[in-house]
Amino acid sequence: MKQPSTAKSPEIWIGLVLLALLAAAPFVVYPIFVMEVLCFALFASAFNLLIGYGGLLSFGHAMFFGLGAYVSAHSLKVLAWPPELAILAGTLAAGGLAVITGALAIRRQGIYFAMVTLALSQLVFFLCWQAPFTHGEDGIQGVPRGTLFGIFDLNKDINLYYLVLAIFTGGLLLIYRTIHSPFGQVLKAIRENEQRVISLGYNVDRYKLTAFILSGALAGLAGATKVLVFKLASQSDIIWQMSGEVVLMTLLGGLGTVLGPSLGAAIIVGMQDNLKSLGDWVLVAQGVIFVITVLLFRRGIVGEIMALMNRKPAK
Amino acid sequence: MFELLGVAPQALFAQLVVGLSNGAFYALLSLGLAVIFGMLNVINFAHGAQYMMGAFVAWMLLNYLGIPFWGALVLAPLIVGVFGLLIEKLMLSRLHGIDHLYGLLLTFGLALIIEGVFRHYYGVSGLPYPKPIEGFVNLGFMNLPIYRGFAILFSLVICLATWYGIERTKLGSYLRAATERPDLVQAMGINVPRMISLTYAFGVGLAALAGVLAAPIYSVNPKMGSELIIVVFAVVVIGGMGSIMGSILTGFGLGLIEGLTKVFYPQASNVVVYVIMVIVLLVRPQGLFGAPK
Repeated sequence: MKQPSTAKSPEIWIGLVLLALLAAAPFVVYPIFVMEVLCFALFASAFNLLIGYGGLLSFGHAMFFGLGAYVSAHSLKVLAWPPELAILAGTLAAGGLAVITGALAIRRQGIYFAMVTLALSQLVFFLCWQAPFTHGEDGIQGVPRGTLFGIFDLNKDINLYYLVLAIFTGGLLLIYRTIHSPFGQVLKAIRENEQRVISLGYNVDRYKLTAFILSGALAGLAGATKVLVFKLASQSDIIWQMSGEVVLMTLLGGLGTVLGPSLGAAIIVGMQDNLKSLGDWVLVAQGVIFVITVLLFRRGIVGEIMALMNRKPAK
Repeated sequence: MFELLGVAPQALFAQLVVGLSNGAFYALLSLGLAVIFGMLNVINFAHGAQYMMGAFVAWMLLNYLGIPFWGALVLAPLIVGVFGLLIEKLMLSRLHGIDHLYGLLLTFGLALIIEGVFRHYYGVSGLPYPKPIEGFVNLGFMNLPIYRGFAILFSLVICLATWYGIERTKLGSYLRAATERPDLVQAMGINVPRMISLTYAFGVGLAALAGVLAAPIYSVNPKMGSELIIVVFAVVVIGGMGSIMGSILTGFGLGLIEGLTKVFYPQASNVVVYVIMVIVLLVRPQGLFGAPK
């Protein structure tokens, strides 16, 4: 999964422009839709940290997203916690789950890692399904949004929007910082040649596990935030199809690119919202996008654009 | 009526038979996955969808053409196998030499397409498929439903024949050699790309065969594949894909354990395979039959 490295400065400018656009977006676009995109963009970016930079394909990331959603919904509705604490609880629960599942999954490499994470997420799915607090097939419905820090009433969509935007921006900055840190360099080295990194004396398993926990916790943060937007945590957050969707978003946008997963999330969420009436054809469309992306533009949209831009000045 | 560990023996044996027949499907599917992985280095995520296709083709043959179960048992694996051949020729062969993960992603996309199409045309409520043999045979300690017994025995025969074909015949030796060093085998004048295509078609055919066998037991449903494939992945992680016999034993063994769990602790029956996977990862991470790295 080699990706071209990028110069830092254009990314920062692109990031600032996008942030300005997003800050203005709720006045132009339906804010709930943008919030949905931002939650899934954070989810996909968290997933990308693992596959794009560590070369680890997790096919079970819905377990973190779903558990984060369930825990924050339970905290808000049953325990009547304020939203900031509920989000924190969801994030920590997902992070805790990532400690356990990560420690198990990194015992196998490559293709087995994908199968192990998928099977573990199915185990978590069944456990959540049987746990009374998730309310099985009904899910946790009618979750109150509450008042942030006792000041901002989140029932106003505009207040919630800027909270979601702040969480998304914070999450992406953390990911950006991580992949450009010495830790991120080691992670990329593991992706390229694990044996060599081991021979250089690095404790590879510890790096993989740290990345896994960070990725899982951020996915949980995305799930917890999604609860505030939709006032709902349900089985569709934790079922294996959700794991597939986040893989698709990231692949389509570009594995191992900073902004690719967010673009992929926007496209897939937009497609699902617009094609809802088509029912099962959404599944078919997702499958077709998978096949076309793998066969024709493996680097994803952002990855291919960057490859084009990197090629031109050289020749 | 005497009791065994607080459970009536009739109920116990009945669940064991259910467990063994599930185990037969696990074995057929994990065997196909292992054969494909050995040759193509691809985890065939569409395996569940192809199992479902096997059941649907059998249903279509019966309802549209009036071809009974026994005809479908031969025809459906062939039809789905040809479908697999096309997929390999048109798509999978293009992924040769790039990261294995892309094969997984491609076949996952195919699984979504296949499931979506069948969901659209046939819904998710399930279609009935009549049992080709009704009735029970009295074994003294239990009444065995004849069809279940047939499905178990037939799967076992197919599994053992596959094992024999790969481990003990000349064609199998080509296959094993091509798994190790495709370049050398090619240099000896054997058409390796064709062998790869046929291997994929064969693995897919095994999945379809399991689907035909499953059709009379479960209703024919577009969801049946995706529900099963994740369990089969866990089975494959437990057994390791290095050994053909290992896949067969793990498949049947886990089905049996699942059946026993249904008797003694039913709440855990849908997680027991995953729990065993966790234990195996802790104790023997390379899998029961996998070679240590």
